[in-house]
Amino acid sequence: MRVGLFITCVNDTLYPRTGQAVVRLLERLGCEVDFPAEQSCCGQMHWNTGYGKQIEPLVRRFADTFAGYDAVVTASGSCGAMVRDNHPKAAARAADPTLPEAVAAVVPQVYDLSEFLVDVLGVTDVGAYFPHTVTYHPSCHSLRLMNLGDRPTTLLRNVRGLELRDLPGAEECCGFGGTFALKNPDVSAAMCADKVRHAVGTGAEVLCAADNSCLMHLGGTMGRQRSGVRTLHLAEILASTEEFPA
Amino acid sequence: MSNGSAFLGLPAFPGAAREAVGNAQLRHNLRKATHTIRSKRAAVVGELDDWEELRAAGKAVKDHTLRHLDHYLVRLEEAVTAAGGHVHWAADADEANRIVTELVRATGGHDVVKVKSMATQEIGLNEALEAEGIRAYETDLAELIVQLGDDRPSHILVPAIHRNRSEIREIFLREMAAWGEPAPDDLTDEPRVLAEAARRHLRKRFLTAQVAVSGANFMVAETGTLVVVESEGNGRMCLTLPETLISVVGIEKVVPTWQDLAVFLQLLPRSSTGERMNPYTSMWTGVAPSDGPRNFHLVLLDNGRSRVLADEVGRQTLRCIRCSACLNVCPVYERAGGHAYGSVYPGPIGAILTPQLRGTTSELDASLPYASTLCGACYEVCPVAIDIPEVLVHLREQVVEGGGHRAERAAMKAAGWIFADPARLARVQRVAGRARRIVPRRLPGPGAAWTDTRDLPVPPEQSFRDWWAAERGRPTTPRSNP
Ligand code: SF4
Repeated sequence: MRVGLFITCVNDTLYPRTGQAVVRLLERLGCEVDFPAEQSCCGQMHWNTGYGKQIEPLVRRFADTFAGYDAVVTASGSCGAMVRDNHPKAAARAADPTLPEAVAAVVPQVYDLSEFLVDVLGVTDVGAYFPHTVTYHPSCHSLRLMNLGDRPTTLLRNVRGLELRDLPGAEECCGFGGTFALKNPDVSAAMCADKVRHAVGTGAEVLCAADNSCLMHLGGTMGRQRSGVRTLHLAEILASTEEFPA
Repeated sequence: MSNGSAFLGLPAFPGAAREAVGNAQLRHNLRKATHTIRSKRAAVVGELDDWEELRAAGKAVKDHTLRHLDHYLVRLEEAVTAAGGHVHWAADADEANRIVTELVRATGGHDVVKVKSMATQEIGLNEALEAEGIRAYETDLAELIVQLGDDRPSHILVPAIHRNRSEIREIFLREMAAWGEPAPDDLTDEPRVLAEAARRHLRKRFLTAQVAVSGANFMVAETGTLVVVESEGNGRMCLTLPETLISVVGIEKVVPTWQDLAVFLQLLPRSSTGERMNPYTSMWTGVAPSDGPRNFHLVLLDNGRSRVLADEVGRQTLRCIRCSACLNVCPVYERAGGHAYGSVYPGPIGAILTPQLRGTTSELDASLPYASTLCGACYEVCPVAIDIPEVLVHLREQVVEGGGHRAERAAMKAAGWIFADPARLARVQRVAGRARRIVPRRLPGPGAAWTDTRDLPVPPEQSFRDWWAAERGRPTTPRSNP
C-alpha cells in the first residue's frame, strides 16, 4: 500500500511532530509512506474567508501532486474536508476545463488518518502505549464534515495504558474557526473558555484532537492560563510506544 | 429590506457581540434557554426513525415549489380569491406597509391586534402604522414583553429570551397602563402570575379589535389555505374574532398541497419547541359566511426574495421554515445574543438571510457572514437541510468582491504567493524556525486579537519537509518556479 502523506501547511510549518508520528505509525503498520514535496496548502483559509476564487492553482497542485497513490492520508479533519467537499466545487468553476476530472480522480483516495486506519487497514488496535489520562475533543470538521464518528475514540480506547475521560459538551465548537478567532475574538475566546473549562474539569493530563488548528487555539489558551493540561494530536498518541513515547 | 428603523445604525457584529459576551446575566439566560430547547428537540427528533427521510422530503418539497414559484403563487391567488379573499402583491417593504395601512384605514379603525409574525417585523409594519396614527398591539406574550419594553426581539421563537422574570415584572408594572389594562399592583414575578396579567391585559383588546394582522407559517396553493402554528392560543383569537384579517406573508411560504403541508407539520414543532405537535394550529381559507372574519386580505411580500431566488447557492435560504433550531444549537448565538445580528432574523439563519435581503454594503451586514466558525451544527439540525456554512462562505465571497478588507486582502495575496511554490514555503518556514526564540507574548495591532487570550504557537526548529529531506535524503523541494 503506497500512501501519499498530505501533511497540510499548518502541520508542516508548526507541528512537524504530528507528521513524523503519522509516518512512524503507518510504517509500523506496514505501509510505504511517501511525502511528495510538491504539496503546499489545500486553500482552506482562502476558501473559508471568501477568497475561494484564488485557489485554483492550489487545487491543481493538490490533484497533480497526489495523483497515483493508493491512498492520500491527512492528519487534519478540516483540510481533509476542504479537499473532499470543496475542491470539486472550486474545480467546477475553474478556468481550466480539465481540473474537475483531475480532482474527481484524487478525491476518493483522500482519508483522514483514523478513517484510513479503521476502514482501509482494518485496525482498531494500533499497538500503541500511552500511560496517561486523555480527553478527546472531536473537532467540528472531523465530526460533521469528515464524519469520523467514534473511530478516533475507538482507536484511543485500544491504546495500552490510556484512560479516556468523557469531555462534557464534546460536540460543541471550540471557537477557533480560522479567521473567526481574529474577526470575532470575544466570542471566540468565550467559546474557548468553556471548552477549556470542560477539558480541565475532566482531570485529564492530555487534551487530544484530530486537528492541530483547534489544538493551537485550545493549547494557546490553556498555556496562557497555565492549566497544566497539554495538547496532543491523535496521531502522536497512536504512534507512541514504550520505545518512542509521545 | 427597509426595516425596522430600530435596527439601523447598529455596530458591526463583533462589537455588538463583545457587549453581550461581557453581560454575565444575559449569557446565563441564553445558555439555559438554548440548551433546554436543544435537548428537548434532540429527544423528540430522536424518537422518529424516519427523521432523515422527513428532512429530505421537506427539502425536496421546498426546492420543487421554489423552482416553480410563479406557478404556485398564481394558483394560490386563484384559490384565495375563489374563497372570497383578496390578494395583494407587494414588491418591497414600503409597498406592503402602504397596502396594509390603506386596508386598515378603509375599515375606519385605529387599532389592530397582531399575531406574532416575522414578515411584519421585517418590513417594520408597526412603526409604519404608528406613523399613520394606527396602533398595533402585539398579542404573543413574548412579543408583548418586547413591545412594552420598547425593545427588540432577540430570538425567532422566544423574542424576549434576553429578559428574565423580574425584568418582565418591572416592564408590566411600568408600561401596561399606557397600552390598556394596567398590571395589578401585587404582581409577582411568578410565571403563572405574569401570564395571568398578560391574559387580562390582552382580553379586552381581543374583544374590541376590528382588524387583525398576521403572518403565516404556510400557505397551501391548492386550496388557498393559510396556516399559523402557535403555542398560546392568542393567535387564534386574532385570527377568528376581528371583522377584518390582513395576512402579510413572504412569497416563499407557499406549499403546493395538503400532503406537502403534512411533512412540515411534523418537521416544524419538533424542530422549534421540541414538541411532537404544537398546541394550536389555525387554518383558514378565504372567508366563511357564519364564522371568523368578514374580510380577508393576503399581502404577498417579495422584499428581496426573488433576488435571493436568482442566486444559485443562496436560494436554499428560502427553504427556511423559521423553526429557530439553528439558533438554539449555535455556539456563536449563545454567546453573542440575538441583538448583535442587527435584524429581526438572528443567529445562523439571520447571518445568511439578512445579508441577502439587505445586501452587504453596510458594515453590519458585511460582518454577518463572518459571524460563524463554520462548525456546521446549524446545518446538522436544520429540518430543511439548508447548508448554512456553504451559504456563509458564498456570502463571504460577495463581501470580498465588494472590496473586503484591505489588510486582509493583502495577507491573503501574500499567503497565496507563498503557497504557490513549496520552495518559498520552505524558506518562510526556515525563517520562522530561526525566530522561534523571539516569539512575543503579545502582538500589537490586529494580532492582539489572538494574543489577548492565547499564547502564540512556537515554530519548530525544523519544518516537517526539512525533517523528511534530512531523514529520507530526498530533495527538500522541487525546483522553484521562476
Ligand atoms: S435555517 Fe433551518 S434551522 Fe434555521 S430557522 Fe430556518 S429552517 Fe430552522
